[in-house]
Amino acid sequence: MTATFLILAAITIAGTVAAMAMRNLVHCVLALTLGFAGLAALYLQLGAQFVGLTQILVYVGAVAILAVFVIMMTQHPTQTAESIFSSLWLTGGLIAALVFAVLGWAIHSSALPAGIVPSHAEAAVQPIGDALMHKYVLPLEIMGLLLTAALIGAVVLAMQEKRRSA
Amino acid sequence: MSSLTSYLLVSALIFSIGLAGALTRRSAILVLIGIELMLNAANLNFIAFWRYGPNPEALTGVMFAIFSIGIAAAEAAVGLGIILAVYRHSKTTELDQMNSMKG
Repeated sequence: MTATFLILAAITIAGTVAAMAMRNLVHCVLALTLGFAGLAALYLQLGAQFVGLTQILVYVGAVAILAVFVIMMTQHPTQTAESIFSSLWLTGGLIAALVFAVLGWAIHSSALPAGIVPSHAEAAVQPIGDALMHKYVLPLEIMGLLLTAALIGAVVLAMQEKRRSA
Repeated sequence: MSSLTSYLLVSALIFSIGLAGALTRRSAILVLIGIELMLNAANLNFIAFWRYGPNPEALTGVMFAIFSIGIAAAEAAVGLGIILAVYRHSKTTELDQMNSMKG
C-alpha cells in the first residue's frame, strides 16, 4: 500500500461522499467528477491505461455533462428549503451501513493471496484491440447494437410527445 | 494488509456510499448517480482482481470493465431520458412526490 494509493483513494472517497451529501445538485455532479477522476487515476495506477482513459472520456466527459443538462432542465430557480433526504432515509442509511459491514467482514476474513508479489502486468492498447477484434468481436457488436438502441430509446423518451387528437 | 485487500475495501466503501445515496436522496437524478457509483465500484473490483490475479495477460478483467462501462453509459442515457419524461409529466424530480402511476 503506497502513498499514491492512499492519496488517490482519499480523493475518490471524498468526491463520492460529497456527491451524495451536498445540497446543490450541480455541486453534487462537480464532486462526482472528482470521484470519477480519482477512480480513473486508480485504474491508471493499477496498469490499466485504456480503462482509465475510457473512464475519463465516458464518465467525466459524457455522463457528468448529461447529468448537468438534465439538472438544468428540471430544476426550479426557487429551491425548496425542505430536506434533501427522503422520508425513509434512516432505513436506507442503515441498509447501506449493513452492506458495508458485511462486505468488509467478507473481505477481511477471505483467504486472499496476501503474500503474492504482483507481476508488472500492463494492459497495453494493442493486445486489447487484438482481443476486441478477435476473441470478443461478438460482444463488441452486441454492445454497439445496445448503445444504438439506448441512444434511440433515450431520444424517443425525452422527445416532446405530440398531443394526439382526442 | 495486502494491496488487493485495500483496493477491495475502497471498492466496498464506494459501493456502500452509492447505495446510501440511492436509498436516501430525494432527487431522482442523484439516485441514478448513486447507481453509477455502484457500477464503478464493481469496475474497480474487476481491475484489481485482474491486476493481482494469477493470469493477468488474459485481459479478462479489463475486457469485462470495458463492456461494463459501455453498459453503464447506456443505462445513464436511458435513465436520464426517463427522468426528463417523468418531469414533463408530473413537473417534479423528487421521488417523494412521484406517488401516482397514472394521471
